[in-house]
Amino acid sequence: MSTLEQPVADVGGVDHALIASRARGWGWWFVAEHRIRAMRSYVASWIAISVGSPFLFLLGLGLGLGLLVDANQGAQGVDGVPYLVFIAPALSMATAMQTAAQENTYGVFGGFKWFPMFFAMNGTPISAAHIVVGFQVSVLVRVLLPLVAFSLVMVVFGIGSPLGALLLLPIGLLLAAAVGFAVMAWVSTQTEDRGQLSFVERFVVVPLTLFSGTYFPLETLPAFLHWIGWISPLWHAAELGRGALYGAELAPVMVLVHVGYLVLLAGLTCWLSIRTFRRRLDK
Amino acid sequence: MPAPVIEATGLTKRYGDFTAVDGIDFAIQPGEAFGFLGPNGAGKSTTMRMIAATSTRTSGDLSVLGFDPADHGPEIRAQLGIVPQADQLDEELRVIDNLIIYGRYFGLPVPYVKRRAEELLEFAQLTEKRRSRVDGLSGGMKRRLTIARGLINSPKAMLLDEPTTGLDPQARHVLWDRLFRLKEEGTTLVLTTHYMDEAEQLCDRLVVVDKGTIVAEGSPSSLIRQYSTREVLEVRFGSAHNEAASQAIEGIGSRVEVLPDRVLVYADDGEAAMSAVHERGLRPITSLVRRSSLEDVFLRLTGRSLIE
Ligand SMILES: Nc1ncnc2c1ncn2[C@@H]1O[C@H](COP(=O)(O)OP(=O)(O)OP(=O)(O)O)[C@@H](O)[C@H]1O
Ligand SMILES: [Mg+2]
Repeated sequence: MSTLEQPVADVGGVDHALIASRARGWGWWFVAEHRIRAMRSYVASWIAISVGSPFLFLLGLGLGLGLLVDANQGAQGVDGVPYLVFIAPALSMATAMQTAAQENTYGVFGGFKWFPMFFAMNGTPISAAHIVVGFQVSVLVRVLLPLVAFSLVMVVFGIGSPLGALLLLPIGLLLAAAVGFAVMAWVSTQTEDRGQLSFVERFVVVPLTLFSGTYFPLETLPAFLHWIGWISPLWHAAELGRGALYGAELAPVMVLVHVGYLVLLAGLTCWLSIRTFRRRLDK
Repeated sequence: MPAPVIEATGLTKRYGDFTAVDGIDFAIQPGEAFGFLGPNGAGKSTTMRMIAATSTRTSGDLSVLGFDPADHGPEIRAQLGIVPQADQLDEELRVIDNLIIYGRYFGLPVPYVKRRAEELLEFAQLTEKRRSRVDGLSGGMKRRLTIARGLINSPKAMLLDEPTTGLDPQARHVLWDRLFRLKEEGTTLVLTTHYMDEAEQLCDRLVVVDKGTIVAEGSPSSLIRQYSTREVLEVRFGSAHNEAASQAIEGIGSRVEVLPDRVLVYADDGEAAMSAVHERGLRPITSLVRRSSLEDVFLRLTGRSLIE
C-alpha cells in the first residue's frame, strides 16, 4: 500500500465541525421535526378527534349533567358559576393529560422496542438529552390540537372569558410537559411489555381524572382523599385554568404553588428520563 | 505515514463480569478498507459501537478522527457514516423521507438534503422506490437504503456492521459493488463480517477476532499464506468414517483437520495429496481440491468454523 498518495475522502464541501456544533445546540429540534413529519399522515384524523371531543364533552356533560347540577345548586352554581363553565377548563386539561400520557407510553416504549428509532437517532451527532426533549416537544405540538379546539369552543360559545380561554393553552402545555416527562421517566425503565403499559391509563390517568376535582370541586371529596388532588398535576392545572377562565378565587401564592409544582415535576422527571435514556442507549 | 483515522490500544468493554472486548489494538489508515472477521459473539458490534461513541469503553485508549469518543461523540458521529447491524429505518415513512429526516439530524439545510437524497437513491439504485413506504422493501433494498442513509453527511469513514448478512448472493454483489465505489472515492471503510468471501473481496487488511481478542492480523492473502497452505483437499468418507480415515491420511500434506462432515488435507499441491490418499488405498465418496480461504485461517487459529 502506498503511503504517499493516500486518497482523501470526498466530503463535497460538507463542514463536519459545523454539523457537530449545530447538533449540540439543535439536536432536540431535529428529533421533534422527525416526529412531526411522521405525524403528517395522521393529522386529518387527529383534527377530527381533537375538534370532535370538545363538542362531545362540553355539550354532553355541560348541557346534560349541567342542567341537573344547576337545577340542584340553584343560583350559586358550582364554584359560583354554571356547571358548564366550571368543568370546561378541567376537561380541556384532562384531555391534555390523557394525550400526553398516551403518546409517552406507546411512543417511548416503541422507540426502544417496536421501531427502535431512538437507537437510530443516537447514531447521529445528537445525544440522549436531545431525544428526550425533542420527543416531548413533538408531544406538545400534538397536545396543542385538542387544547386549541377546546379553547375555540369556549370562545365561540361564550364559556368564560376569551382571554382566559387563550391562557388555557400555556397552562395545558405545562401540564402536558409535566405528565409527559413523568410517564416517560417510568416507561423508559420498562424493557419488556407484559401488559403493564396500560397501567398508566388505568391506574394513573383515570383515577387522577376522577379524583382531581375535574367533575366536582376537590373540597366535595372527604378530607382524607384531598392528597390525591395535591399530588395530581391535573388538579394544579385545573385550578390555574379555572382562575384564568372565570376568575375563580386563587391567591397569588397559590398561582406560584401550582405553576411551581408543575415546573418542578416536569424538570425532575425530564432529568430522570435523560438519565435512563442515556443508560439504555449506551450499550 | 498519515495519522490513522481510528486507533485503539488495549480497548476493552465489559458488561458486568463478562468481557465482550478484551484489550484489542488496531490502527486504521485513511482510505483503507479494514475488516473485523469473527464468529457470532466475537465482540465485533461492540467494537463498532465504541468507535461510533454510542457505547462507552470500559478501559483502554481510543481515538477516532482525532477525537476521544468519551467526550466528543457529536464531533465523531458528524464525520462517520453508520450502518448498524439492524437497519433501524423508520418503517412508517417513505424511502425518500427516511433520507431527508436523517440528513436533518446533521443540521443540513432542507434543500441540500433533498438534492443529496436524490443522488444517494441513484447510488443505491432505489430511485424507483423513492415514494414507497420502507416496510414494503425487500431486505436487500433496506440494506442499501441504510447505506445510502449513512452517506447523507458525506462521511470520512463508514462503519458497516455486517453489511450483507441475510442477503441473497445477487444482492450481496450489488452491495459490494457500491462499497467498492466508495472506497475508490477515498472513503475509509470499517466493516465487520463473518463471511470470509466478503472479507476477501472488500478488505485491504483485517483482524480475525474471537471471544473479544484479536488472534491474527494482515491482508487476506498474507493471512492465508501465513496460516494455511496454498490448496486444500476436501474428502468425505461419510460421517461415521471420517475420523478413522483421517488417521490413515495423517502425514499427507502439512496438516489434517477432521470436521463432522469432511476431512481437510492442507497441502500446497492438492492434486498430489489426492493421489497420495488414493495410494494409501482410501476411496473417498467425494473429493475436491480448492484454494485456501480465510475460513481455513480461522479454523487453524481457533479450531472452529466461522459460521456455526
Ligand atoms: N448490551 C449488552 N449487555 C450485555 N452483554 C452484551 C451486550 N451487548 C453485547 N453483549 C455480549 O457481548 C458479546 C459480544 O457481542 P457483539 O454483539 O459485539 O458480538 P458480534 O461479534 O457482533 O456478534 P454477531 O456476529 O452475532 O453480531 C456477546 O456475548 C454479547 O452477548
Ligand atoms: Mg454483531
